[in-house]
Amino acid sequence: MAEKVLMKGNEAIGEAAIQAGCQCFFGYPITPQTEVAAYMSRRMPKIGRVFLQAESEVAAINMVYGAAGSGVRVMTSSSSPGVSLKQEGISYIAGAELPCVIINIVRGGPGLGGIQPAQSDYFQATKGGGHGDYRLVVYAPSSVQEMVDLIQDAFDVADIYRNPVMVMGDGMLGQMMEPVEFKEREAKQLPSKADWAATGLHGRKEHHVINSLFLQPEELEKHNEKLQKKYAEIEKNEVKYEMYNCDGDLDIVLVSYGTVSRICKNVIKMLAKEGLKVGLIRPITLWPFPKKAFEEVVDRTKYGFLSVELSCGQMVEDIELSVKGRKPVNFFGRSGGMVPSPTEIANKVKEIAGGAR
Amino acid sequence: MAVVFEPTKGLLDVPTHYCPGCTHGIIHRLVAESLEELGVIDKTIGVAPVGCSVLAYNYFACDMHEAAHGRAPAVATGIKRSLPDSVVFTYQGDGDLAAIGTAEIVHAAARGEKITTIFVNNCIYGMTGGQMAPTTLPGQVTETSPYGRDVKLQGHPIRVSEMLSTLDGAVYVERVSVDSVANVLKAKKAIKKAFELQIEGKGFTFVEVLSICPTNWGLSPRESIKWLQDNMIPYYPLGVKKDITQQEVK
Ligand SMILES: Cc1ncc(C[n+]2csc(CCOP(=O)(O)OP(=O)(O)O)c2C)c(N)n1
Ligand code: SF4
Repeated sequence: MAEKVLMKGNEAIGEAAIQAGCQCFFGYPITPQTEVAAYMSRRMPKIGRVFLQAESEVAAINMVYGAAGSGVRVMTSSSSPGVSLKQEGISYIAGAELPCVIINIVRGGPGLGGIQPAQSDYFQATKGGGHGDYRLVVYAPSSVQEMVDLIQDAFDVADIYRNPVMVMGDGMLGQMMEPVEFKEREAKQLPSKADWAATGLHGRKEHHVINSLFLQPEELEKHNEKLQKKYAEIEKNEVKYEMYNCDGDLDIVLVSYGTVSRICKNVIKMLAKEGLKVGLIRPITLWPFPKKAFEEVVDRTKYGFLSVELSCGQMVEDIELSVKGRKPVNFFGRSGGMVPSPTEIANKVKEIAGGAR
Repeated sequence: MAVVFEPTKGLLDVPTHYCPGCTHGIIHRLVAESLEELGVIDKTIGVAPVGCSVLAYNYFACDMHEAAHGRAPAVATGIKRSLPDSVVFTYQGDGDLAAIGTAEIVHAAARGEKITTIFVNNCIYGMTGGQMAPTTLPGQVTETSPYGRDVKLQGHPIRVSEMLSTLDGAVYVERVSVDSVANVLKAKKAIKKAFELQIEGKGFTFVEVLSICPTNWGLSPRESIKWLQDNMIPYYPLGVKKDITQQEVK
């Protein structure tokens, strides 16, 4: 077993990608994820791999498109305003069905916003972001260790489905130092890229074309249907979530992801002392959203659900779609880089549960 | 019987969608012939732009990528960095390269990416129906400069080759034209040389090709050739703008 090392989140991202066999990294500096690029710039050339600082996030994601189409494992990393610029490229990558990993260490928005941690890119990540009918697999780790594990999963899932995968962390995750272990991973049987990658013919008869253009409506519709089938497959196989303290009868279930979910766990312990039984559903994949987690608790939850976010309620509609009106869905969030205290969240829970006991 | 002319292996045997008289076809052929003669079709990856030549990926026999509007040099960078032994080219129009994709081309050149860019300058946005391009000449009438390009309002055309030749990463920059047999032969020589220098690992190579758009210029192909000679060549002088191999000889 590999030993644990103390590492800053952003550097752990870089190391996880390297261990996953990432051959190329293209980035552009932006707080609070600049250390990812700095780490890659130190490590990648030493092991014969590619680090390149692009002229913009637009260029970086298009470099990713070129590298992914060439059949190599590739990653880019940015934060909110930079990820906005990448949306054009992400749409093309999804349309051309290329595997890649995109990191978003989210800061507060809209606009230039701020540089403190936030989760305000939930809509952008899970509801499209760029144009067209496409989906990203979106992972939302809550610790540096989980981020490292999920980045390695992300490369595999990207290759299996030929789809871009985003790992979304709030700014806190990028900056915090935690012990991590880079686990030995069993080699997965992954589909070969030889039948589609544009690597040069090298004796092959048919030329390969990396493309998302389908001028005939019938063809584009067929392509879209193929994508939808793939997304259905992902929804079936790749949902990840954690249920914490969700046994038995429950007063309220919190729904929270990323670092705030850790605060929620403390809140649950606090409230248990006051006689309130509170559970937590922690989505690990934001898309596909863990709808089935709600089926498990909806009938046993007295007062319904509380979405706790570092954004202004962006996750609420996904929860409502899962709960389907059977119980109330409430919201508590801070934004702009503000982080809620356990007491604030606890007070909101007590308010919903009809006052303190 | 001696064969005097035959199809190039660099192009697939498919009909193209270009308008009658359009010179995109000639330029495709010159690129394809160069790749064939250099024996590199097998390890070449081309990047098609957004513009009239968007479907170039259906015509070239090598592996191809279709890039977003203006992004071909970034895509080509990703390809070349992943597969450094391959030959990589972008084929781009003047709207694609000199407007929306200005940052990508300038930085690919500045980095000295070992790719070749074929820049087709026809002074107009062809595919979208003839709007003003960054290369549209002063006074030229287009769909979005109906009173003629007024440089006081719409600024001046960009001479891309001259601009890129100032960058140290660019090792070979030439402007050619396909308006006459003699010029087509010169264009071929330039394109082939650009690929040769890429293969030698020298750096970024760039060939600007003055081209016609009879459809959107509203002229016959023959009139278009004359318009190119009378108007474009004076503004966009032909010739080598930069060649480090010549500088080395000196
Ligand atoms: C982001 C984006 N903006 C605009 C367009 C529409 N568009 C398609 S082709 C084109 C102009 C291409 O002109 P040019 O590069 O000069 O090539 P030509 O067609 O003349 O060969 C534009 C603006 C697009 N496809 N994508
Ligand atoms: S519109 Fe112009 S550039 Fe496009 S194919 Fe027709 S003639 Fe050629």
